[in-house]
Formats: sequence, structure tokens, C-alpha cells
Amino acid sequence: MVAAFTWTEFAQQIAAGVREGAIYAGLALALVIIYRSSRVINFAQGEMATFTTFVAWSLMNHGLSFWVAFPIVLAIAFAGGVTIETVLIRPIANANVLTIVIVTLGLALLLNGLTSVIWGGGNRQFHGPFSTRTIDVGGVPISVQDIGIVVVSLALVVLLGLFFRFTKLGLALRASALNPDSSRLVGVRVGWMLALGWGIAAVLGAVAGMMIAPVVFLDPNMMQTILLYAFAAAVLGGLDSPVGAVVGGILLGVTITLLGRYVGFIGSTLKLPAALLLILLLLLVRPGGLFGRVAVKRV
Amino acid sequence: MKLKLGLEIFGFLLLAAIVAVLPRFIGDFTAYEFAIVGMYFITLLGLSILTGYSGQISLGHGAFMAVGGYTTAILTVDGIYGHQIRSLWTIPIAGVVAGVAGLLVGIPALRLSGLYLALITFGIAVSFPQLPKKWDHFFGGTTGKLLNILKPPFGLDTTANNWLYYLTWGIALVLLVVAWALLRGKPGRALQAIRDSEIAAASSGVNLATYKTVAFGISAFYAGVAGSLYVISRAYMNPDVFPIILSVYLVAALAVGGLDSLVGLIAGAALIYVLQNRADDVTRWLNHLPALDLDPKRPGVPSVVFGVVLIVVMLILPTGAGGLLRRLFGPLTRRLYSRS
Repeated sequence: MVAAFTWTEFAQQIAAGVREGAIYAGLALALVIIYRSSRVINFAQGEMATFTTFVAWSLMNHGLSFWVAFPIVLAIAFAGGVTIETVLIRPIANANVLTIVIVTLGLALLLNGLTSVIWGGGNRQFHGPFSTRTIDVGGVPISVQDIGIVVVSLALVVLLGLFFRFTKLGLALRASALNPDSSRLVGVRVGWMLALGWGIAAVLGAVAGMMIAPVVFLDPNMMQTILLYAFAAAVLGGLDSPVGAVVGGILLGVTITLLGRYVGFIGSTLKLPAALLLILLLLLVRPGGLFGRVAVKRV
Repeated sequence: MKLKLGLEIFGFLLLAAIVAVLPRFIGDFTAYEFAIVGMYFITLLGLSILTGYSGQISLGHGAFMAVGGYTTAILTVDGIYGHQIRSLWTIPIAGVVAGVAGLLVGIPALRLSGLYLALITFGIAVSFPQLPKKWDHFFGGTTGKLLNILKPPFGLDTTANNWLYYLTWGIALVLLVVAWALLRGKPGRALQAIRDSEIAAASSGVNLATYKTVAFGISAFYAGVAGSLYVISRAYMNPDVFPIILSVYLVAALAVGGLDSLVGLIAGAALIYVLQNRADDVTRWLNHLPALDLDPKRPGVPSVVFGVVLIVVMLILPTGAGGLLRRLFGPLTRRLYSRS
């Protein structure tokens, strides 16, 4: 049964969709950053995020407040991302797609198992920094938590955008992603740039994890479906477009939330298949996604 | 070449002989375990045709197994128009239904390359379990369906587990011969050409669309047959019988075993079985290592083991266990071939 339509509820659904979308956007951006620099889809992105969120949970369990634990976790995530790139990804940088996919899958299994071994299975409450009470925004009640999640996620995206656009390091990162050989010639240390990219991606994942954990409960598999939506968002926007990832994330979040709420047939069970079908159709029409470029290969 | 053919036939006969006499030396439950390994082996055979030969990555083969499993469960429990079908007869039907599903996935897959295909098939693996929850009258929802326990037919004087073992490995050997016959000739060469370079293959006259789609269909057929057998052996079916992680394990086992190595595939199938069903034994065994004391009841250890094995194998032996064997015995067999 679909209850009667009201504009207030519609606005609430949009807000919930934007909140979902902000999380997808963060993870999708992490995927895109890694894809642009290493041409790898990181299947372990979700498990990296979950692992760091569990670290945050442990820190908070030892009495730290959220905002004290937050920067510590980000630093740990960054170091972890850099380490993963240098130890696991660099040796297979020139291998074929299958090898790389399998190594990141292996990493996903390893991290997922490690999370269960260290913290045990089952889900637990993760106390976020924002309260769940609602405030009135133009006549529409929206929870502070939703607003906080969107603000933090988007602030991070804007910060990253500024970093890529206006700093020398950001320029070097973009250069080594676009043309590694020429970058090397002008003195950019391409290897370190790739590692840096993985570090940034891990930080983005950690933020997404810590933002969504209060909403969905913390458990070792919490990121699996979210990662799938993030894949969809990244593909929707175009795998090599950071702007596309963010737009794709929000667009997907809103679309899926509205479809789930207002199309009775889809409901909550068919959200994921519906998202998948959307992406598949889009790929058939526009293989590069909304903002991406179609790679032209020289034979 | 003649000698190579001879060696392959000899190897197959040896395998068939081992399969035939093995139940005399193992217990009843071990026979059951080997039967399950045989089911994973059948799926890996199909996956090897798809990924090892045509170069298309599927992270969704657990879903094709589930399609086969549901076909068997629905046909034996509910039947068609009230006529229940004996579980044995549903095995080929399950294969065909899964194969058609594979063809349907294979068509859009034509336009997706490498990573995109991996993503979409992974999406299929993750979203498939939602379908039985949506149409729960048809699929039995989360509780699923209960089947009759398998009994040896024609009053054969053997245990159910031995019968399951012979049934599974009999089918596995037949499907192995089919795969071998398909891949040793023109279709195999065409698929390998597609894997190595689509453009070069197309300009040599290989019909990309047909070969790639049919490879997907055949591969899914294998998975469907295995899924059907698995459900028959477990005697129940619900969305958790083929967990999402199984799809990942399958690709992982294929990579660990070596993409196109027969012995490697059996090893990979055994690895899946041990990590899926004997996880606490693995933990107990690991506890013999110094400085380790893990609770066998805690989940996660099999994933850690599989993850580490996967990464190490990919970094050290990119061609898997099969590739290692070939490198060890390569100098020997190359001499044999060159003399023929």
C-alpha cells in the first residue's frame, strides 16, 4: 500500500535521497580517483571504509569523542591507502584487468574477514556526531543527522576540488593521471602520486563509512550494497569524471529513493536491481556515462 | 600434436579411473564432500570457458548457480501444472534455464568491456537474492523450499552419498569432455583470439558477437547444472544457499587454480569447499601456527585465508597453480611434443 501523496513527504524523500546520494558520491569519487590514476576499479573500497569505521568505533569505545577520533581515523585511512598501493597494486600495475580485479577482490575478502576476526560479526550501534532530532526547513521536517551527513560529505568534495584545482600537488596528481610519461619527464614522481591517490580515496571512504554507520548500524558487511550503488554512481557519471561521480551519486540517491517510495512494484526489495538496470541501459546508450569520455584505442 | 592428444586422453582416463575407484577408499561422508567439490568443479569448468578462454570476467556465476538451483527446487516441489518432476530430470532443464539466462546477460555484455562487465555481473550477483524475496509465492521467499532427500534409483545397492558422488562426477566428466571437444578445435582458437585481441580476432573473420554470447550461455549452463546438483544434495533451496560471496570465491578459485588448467580447477574447487564448509577446521589448523589463538566459531577466518592466498598467488604466480605445474613440467613435456 502506498500512502497518499503529500508534498511534505515528497520533500522529505528528496532529502533522504540526497543524504543517500552524498554517501554514494563520496565513495564514487574515491573509485574515480583511483580509476583515473591506476585504471583499476577498487573492489576493496567498501571494505576499506568499513575497516576504518570499525577503527573509529574502537577509538570512541575507549572514550574519545567523535570529532577527536575523526582526524585520527582519517590519518590511519590515508596511511593504509598509501601502503596498499605501494605493497599490492604497484607490483601488478602492468598486469591485465583480470589480475588487478582479483587482487582488489582478494583485498576485499581479506579486509572483510579481518574485520570479523578482530571485532566479531553482528551489528552494533555507532553513535554519530549529529542528533537524529528533526528541524523545520521551510515547512519540511528534516533530521539534523541528514543535513550533517550531506554537509560533511559535500564539504570534503569541495575541499578536494580546490586541492586538485589550485595546488601544485593537485596539478601533479592530475597530470600523472592523464599522462604519466610526460609527467615523469617534467619531474613529477608519478609513483608517489598514485600512492597519494589511493590515500585520498581511502580517506573519502573512511568519511563515507563514518557518516553512514550511525544510519545503517555498523557491521562488517555494511558497505557491500552501498559500494554497489557507488559503482553505479561512478559509472553513471562516467568512470573518469570526478564531477560526474558526485552528480551521479546524488542523482542515483534521489532517483532510487523516489522509485522505492512511489513505485509500488519496486518497493524496497527491487531498489538494487532497478539501479542496476538503469545503469545497464545507460551504458548501452552512452558507454562513457554522463560526463565521461569514450576511450578511443589505437591498434 | 598426436602425442599431445594421446597425453590428454591418457590424463582423462586416469582421472576417470581415480574418480571410479575413490569411493572404495573413503568414508561415506567424505564421498559427499567430494561430490560437493565436483559441483564447484563443474561451475569452474564453465567459468574457465568464459574467463579463461573468451576473456570475459563474470563476478555473477553464483547467481547462475542459483538460477539452476531454483529451477530444480520449483520443478520438483511445485512441478508444472501440478506434475512434479523427478529431481534427476530437472538437472538438464536447470542447465538450459541458466544457459538462457546467461545468453540474456551475454547480449548486453557485448557492449561492456573488462571492468564494466565485472561491475555489472557483480551487480547481478548482489541483486539476484532480492528476486526470490519479491516474488515469494513463486520462489518460496526467504524460507525457501524443501526437497525430498535423494535416494539411489532402480533399487541400487549403495548409499545416497555414494550415489550423489557418482552422479556428480559422472556429469562432471561428461561436461569435461564436452568442454575439451569444444575448446580444442576452431571455437577454442576463436575464443582465445577474442581474449587476446578483439580487433585482431574480428579482422581475421571471427564473429565476436556470436562467440562471446554463446560462451556466456555455455558457461551459465555449466553453473546451472552445478547449482541444480547442489540443491539436490542439500535438499532445500533459499536465497542463502548460494551466498553473494560465492560468486567472488568462484572467480578467486579460478584465478588461484589457473585460468585454463584442469588440475588447477579441481584444486580451486576443493579450496572453495574447504573454506565454505570446513572453516572452523581451517581455524583450528591455523591455531597450530605460533602466536595465533583464534576462536573457531568466529566468522571471517576463511575470508582472510582466501584473501591472502589470492593476493599472494596473483603477486607471485600470476598463472595460478596450474601455471606453476606447467612451468615445472614444461621442459619435460616440451621435449615430448617436439619429438612427435
